[in-house]
Amino acid sequence: MHDLIPITALGGTTAHVDTIGDTTLTELPDIALASVAARAGQETACGAKLRDMLGADAPAAGKAVFGDPFSALWIGPDQWMISADFATHEDIAAQVSSRFGRCASVTEQTDAWVCFDLSGAGVNAVLELLCNINLLQFAAGDSTRTSIHHLGCLVTCIEPDRLVRIMGPRASAGSLHHAVTTAMTSVA
Amino acid sequence: MTQKNRLGGGQVDRNTTLTFTFDGKTYAGHPGDTLASALLANNVRLMGRSFKYHRPRGPLSAGSEEPNAIVELRSGARQEPNTRATTAELFDGLAARSQNRWPSLAFDAMAVNDRLSGFLTAGFYYKTFMWPAAFWEKIYEPIIRKAAGLGSLSMQADPDTYDKGFRHCDLLIIGAGPAGLSAALTAGRAGKHVILADEDFRMGGRLNAETFSVADMAGADWATQSVAELSAMPNVRLMPRTTVIGAFDHGIYGAVERISDHVAVPETGKPRQILWRIYAQNTLLCAGATERPIAFENNDRPGIMLAASLRAYANRWAATPAPRVAVFTSNDDGHRTARDLHAKGVKVAAVIDTRADAPRSHDYEVLQGAQVVDTMGRLGLTFVEVRQANGEMRTVECGALGVSGGWNPNVQLTCHQRGRPAWDDALAAFVPGGTLPPGMVVAGAVGGQFSTYAALKSGADAARQALGLKGRAPRIPDAEDAPVEQTPFWYVEGCTRAWLDQQNDVTVKDVKLSHQEGFRSVEHLKRYTTLGMATDQGKTSNMGGLAIMAELAGKTIPEVGTTIFRPPYTPTSIGALAGRMRGKEFHPTRLTPSHVWAKERGAVFVEVGNWLRAQWFPLPGETHWRQSVDREVMATRASVGVCDCTTLGKIDVQGTDAATFLNKVYCNGFAKLAVGKTRYGLMLREDGIAMDDGTAARLAEDHFVVTTTTANAGKVYQHMEFVRQCLMPEADVQLISTTEAWAQYAVAGPNSRKLLQKIVDAEYDISNDAFPFMACGNITVCGGLRARLFRISFSGELAFEIAVPARYGDALMRKLMTEGEAFDVTPYGTEALGAMRIEKGHAAGNELNGTTTALNLGMGRMVSKTKDSIGSKLSERPGLNTADALVQVGLRPVDAADKITAGGHLMHADGPVDAAHDQGYVTSAAYSPTLGHMIGLGFLKDGANRHGETLRLVSPVTDLTVNVEIVSAHFVDPEGDRVRA
Amino acid sequence: MIINHPLLGPRDSAEFVYLGAATLMDRPDPDTATAEEWHDYGYLRDNPAGPHRELWFHEGGDRSILIVTRNTTTHEITAVELARTVGART
Repeated sequence: MHDLIPITALGGTTAHVDTIGDTTLTELPDIALASVAARAGQETACGAKLRDMLGADAPAAGKAVFGDPFSALWIGPDQWMISADFATHEDIAAQVSSRFGRCASVTEQTDAWVCFDLSGAGVNAVLELLCNINLLQFAAGDSTRTSIHHLGCLVTCIEPDRLVRIMGPRASAGSLHHAVTTAMTSVA
Repeated sequence: MTQKNRLGGGQVDRNTTLTFTFDGKTYAGHPGDTLASALLANNVRLMGRSFKYHRPRGPLSAGSEEPNAIVELRSGARQEPNTRATTAELFDGLAARSQNRWPSLAFDAMAVNDRLSGFLTAGFYYKTFMWPAAFWEKIYEPIIRKAAGLGSLSMQADPDTYDKGFRHCDLLIIGAGPAGLSAALTAGRAGKHVILADEDFRMGGRLNAETFSVADMAGADWATQSVAELSAMPNVRLMPRTTVIGAFDHGIYGAVERISDHVAVPETGKPRQILWRIYAQNTLLCAGATERPIAFENNDRPGIMLAASLRAYANRWAATPAPRVAVFTSNDDGHRTARDLHAKGVKVAAVIDTRADAPRSHDYEVLQGAQVVDTMGRLGLTFVEVRQANGEMRTVECGALGVSGGWNPNVQLTCHQRGRPAWDDALAAFVPGGTLPPGMVVAGAVGGQFSTYAALKSGADAARQALGLKGRAPRIPDAEDAPVEQTPFWYVEGCTRAWLDQQNDVTVKDVKLSHQEGFRSVEHLKRYTTLGMATDQGKTSNMGGLAIMAELAGKTIPEVGTTIFRPPYTPTSIGALAGRMRGKEFHPTRLTPSHVWAKERGAVFVEVGNWLRAQWFPLPGETHWRQSVDREVMATRASVGVCDCTTLGKIDVQGTDAATFLNKVYCNGFAKLAVGKTRYGLMLREDGIAMDDGTAARLAEDHFVVTTTTANAGKVYQHMEFVRQCLMPEADVQLISTTEAWAQYAVAGPNSRKLLQKIVDAEYDISNDAFPFMACGNITVCGGLRARLFRISFSGELAFEIAVPARYGDALMRKLMTEGEAFDVTPYGTEALGAMRIEKGHAAGNELNGTTTALNLGMGRMVSKTKDSIGSKLSERPGLNTADALVQVGLRPVDAADKITAGGHLMHADGPVDAAHDQGYVTSAAYSPTLGHMIGLGFLKDGANRHGETLRLVSPVTDLTVNVEIVSAHFVDPEGDRVRA
Repeated sequence: MIINHPLLGPRDSAEFVYLGAATLMDRPDPDTATAEEWHDYGYLRDNPAGPHRELWFHEGGDRSILIVTRNTTTHEITAVELARTVGART
C-alpha cells in the first residue's frame, strides 16, 4: 500500500458537511467514477454489458440507474458515467474496462468531479436559484447536465424535493460549494 | 405627525404606525402605504423637481408609470436614486429625499432654468452648444449634466446581494388584477402549474383601487379571498412584488422579485432582489391599462394627477392630496373619481368635462363642454382656470385636479419581440397587435376589456384557451360591466407649456417644434425631443406626443405609429442583472490539488483563465519577484525543480480510429507513433493559422492522452468534438476531458530522474535506455498508487511530467519536496516556467496568437503533405508562404544591459521607423538568469536567414529603442542534449 | 431561446455554444477540391433573413452538436437534428 494521504475536493482530509436551514450539503469523496462510451458499431454489445453490470437496462438519455455495486448516469449519446463505492472500487476504470473489453472506451473519472448530496425538505427551492432544471418534471432517476454559476454539473434526482446529487468539476469544488451554500442561505 | 389628509376606510393598517422621513422631516404612515400615499396623507404634494426646468412636481400617478415623484431612498451605501415614491412600500424608518434640487425642494435655485425655457427647448443641445467644439466635453456637458439630472449615486459598493433563479410553469399570468386572478383561479383549479406575478405588494390590481363590487362583496375583498384560495393551491405560485420586465424568445420571461425592498435592511444572507428566468409553456398578459392625461397649460403642478390615481389614493390608501379637488375629464371614467371622493367626504369643486353632453350629478357641479386652460399655485395647485362651453372663463379653487383622457392598454410586453400594437378605433387606443410573442395571449384591460366583468370573463376564457381546458366554463361572478367609451382628447387648444412627458420636460410646444424642424417620424420625434426616453419610458406621455404629431402631419395616429418597446418594462437595478457574479465571484475559480500546499509555501498566485497558478515562491529575504524567479530557474537548471502543470488540458481519446482522428486534428502525423511514446503536436485552424499545441501520448494502440495549453483547453475540446461529430461522424472515436482528474507535475533538471527514482516503484525502470526522451507509460508510485509518467520537457532540461489521481496530488507534491531535499529541490512557478521556455525557444500563447502559421513558428515542415489535416490545405495559400514571411527568431540586446520588451517592433538598424519599414515584432521577453541578460522571441521577415543581423527594437509605448542581434530562438542547449540525457 | 434537443427535449440556448453555419460540415474533399472551393468553405457564408441551418454545441449538456434550423428574423426554430446522425447519413 502506498502512503499518500488523499485530500477531498474541498481540500480537507474529511468530507465537508453544511446544514443551513432545512437543507444539508454533504461532500462525498468516496465515490469512484469511470466513463463508458460505446465503440462505434458496438452499441448493442455495450448495452448488454451495461445491463449485466447494472442489473437493469442502461439509462436512457437524461436518466440514471441506481444499483449495487454499480450505478450509471447517461452523460451523452452512447456514453455513461459509472459510479461505485471508492473503498472497493478505487480501480474502477480497470474493473469496468475488463468487463467491457473492446466494446467500450473506459476512462477514469473519479477525481475529475466533486460530488455532493443536497438533502432536506425544500431542496427544490435551493435548486431553482442554481440551475434551470424543470423541477416540475424532475423525478427520481432523472439526471441532467446543467450549468450552476457557470460550472457544468451533473444533477441527479434521487428523491424529488428531498435529495439530489450534484457532481461538478473538481477544481472548482470551492466555487460550487460556495454557490450552493449561498443559495441554501438565501432560502433558509 | 398628523395625517391631515388621511380619509376613512382603505387598505392600510391603522393599528400600526410607521415613522419615516422625507427631506429630513418626520412623518407617520401605516403598513399598506406607499411613500407617495403616506406623503399625500401628510399633506405633502411637492415631491420632486423636474429634470430640465426644475419645476415643482408631485405624483402624477399611483403606480409604476410614475414620471414625477422620483426620490432617493435610504442613505449610506444603500442610497438608491430615481425611485418612484408611488411604488416604494412604506416601512418603519424609511428615509427618503427629494432630488434634483438645490438648496432645497421648496427653493430650488436651478429653477431659473424654467425662466430660460425659451432657450432650452427641444434640440437645444444640438443648436446651442455648437461652438467652439472643444467646449462641449469640458464645459457645456458637465454644466448641463449637473443642472439636468436625477438623483445621485452613493459612490459606494452595493452592500446587498442579488440572486438569480429559474422557474417553470404551464401558465405564467402577468398581472393580478381581476383578469389575472380570474385566470389563475381557472387554471389553478384545473391543477395546472401557474405562476401569478404582480408588481404590486398587494394583489388585486384596480379591484383594490375601485369601489366596485364583485360577487356581492367589495372588489378588494373578492381579490383577498381569491388570493387566499390561490395561495392554498400547491400548484399555484404567487409572486407579488414581482415585475415581469421582458418577454424573450420561446416563452422565456425575465422577472424581478423584490424580496427585501420593503424592509430597511435585508435579513442576513437574504438577497435584496431575485432576477427570475421564467420558462412558461403559455403566458397570459393581464397587465391592465394606464390612464392617459390631457395636456393643458401648466398641467404639471403638484396636486394635478391622473383621475384614477386620485381615487386610488382615496379608496385604497385613504389619502387625498387636498381636501378640495376637481376633475378634468373627457370620458365617464373621470366621474368615478368625483363620485368616490365625494363619498369619502372630500369636497369636489367641479367636474370639468370636455363633452357637451357629459352626465350631470346631484353631488357636485359638472361643467359640460369645458376645458382647463391654465392653473396656478407655485409649489402646489391652488386654482384652475376653466374656459366654459360658452367661452366664459371661470376660476375653480382646488388643491388637486384629477385628469382623465381615457386609458391606454399596457401593450409593452406584447411588443418585446418587435410586435407592433394595432389601433382600435372604438377605444381610440393601441391594443396588442396580431404578432404577439408566441405562446402569449392577453386578457382584461390590456386587451381592451375595460369593465370588471369583461376582465373577469376574458381572464377565465383566455386561461381555458391557452391551456386547452375542456368542460363547462366557470361561472363568472357578478361585477360592474359599464360600456366602454373613450372620447379622444389629447390637449387643450392653444396651450404651449403644456407637459406631455413630465419626466423629461417635453411640452406640446416641443413636439410642434420638432415637426416644424422636420423631425416628423416617430423615432426622430422621440430622439429630438427626448419624449418617452426617461426612466418611465413614456408610459403616460407617448400617446399624447403621437396624437399631436399625427394632427400636425395630417395623419392618423396609427399612420404615425409607435416607437418600439424594449425590455425592461420598468427600471431594473444593475445588481439584479449581475446576480451573484460580482467581484471574486464573477467567474468560478479553479484550484489545483496542490493549491493548499503552494499557499503554505507562500506562493504568489496568478489567474490563468479561471485557474489560480503559483507564479513564484518567494523565500525569506527576497524582496523582488525577479530574485525568486531567477533563483527558481537557476536551481532547476542546476539540479531539479517541480512545477504544477495540472492546469494543462487533458483529453482522453480512445477508439479504433483514434490515431486517424489525431492525424486529422494535428498537422503532423500520429498514425505511426509507437505505443509508449509521446509526440509534440501542432493543431491548425482550417484557415491554416495555428490554434494550439501540446502533446499526445499513446498509452495503447487505441488510446491517446492529448494535452492542450491551459488557456485553450475548452476551445480545443470543442474543436475536437466538431471534427468528431461533424467531419468524421462514422469514425470510432470517443472523447472525454480528464483535465481535473489528474494532478500533474513537471519534474525538471539534471537530477529529475534521481528524484523520481525515489518515488516511482522499483519495478518501473525509468533509466534513459528504458524510458527515453518522449517515452510515456502507466506506472505506480509510492508503493502502488497508479500514475502516469511522460518524459517531456518544456524547460529544455532532462524532465518528466508525472500524474496521479487528483486527490493524491497534494501528498505527491509534499513527497517530492521531502524526497527532493537531497537535491535541493525547488518548486517553481509560471514565471520561471516562462523564462525557461523562452530560453529554450518554445512557442507559447504569445507566439500562437491567432495570426501565426506553422511556417511563422518555424515548424512549416511539420505540416504533413502525405495526409490531409485540418488547416493543411489553406496553410498552403500563397499569401501565407511568401519569401519574406515572418519566422520566429531569438533576440539578444547588443548591449547586454539593454531591455527587451514584448510588443516592440523590429526596424532596420538605420532607416525610417514606420509601418512601411516594419521588419517584425517581439512576442515574448524575459530576463535569462542563465545568460545574464534579457532575451526575446519574435517574428521577423525571412527570419531564418537573418541570424547575426543587428536590428533596432522600437517600442513607442514603453519609450524604448535598443539594438538587438537576431539569433536562434534556442538560447539554451540548442542541440537538445540535456533533454535526452 | 429554447432548443428542442432530439434526445433531451427543450433546453435553454444558454447551455449551447454557437459554432456557425451548418455548411461547415461540408468540408471540401481534400483530394479533389480546388483552391476556390477551399476559399468558399473557409470564408464565404450566406446571411439569410429567414431559415438558417446552423451548428449549436451543447457544451453545458451532453456535448452533442446539433443542426438547428432557425429563422434569423423571428428566432423560430423549425428543425433540430443531431449533427453526427445527419453527417453519417450523407
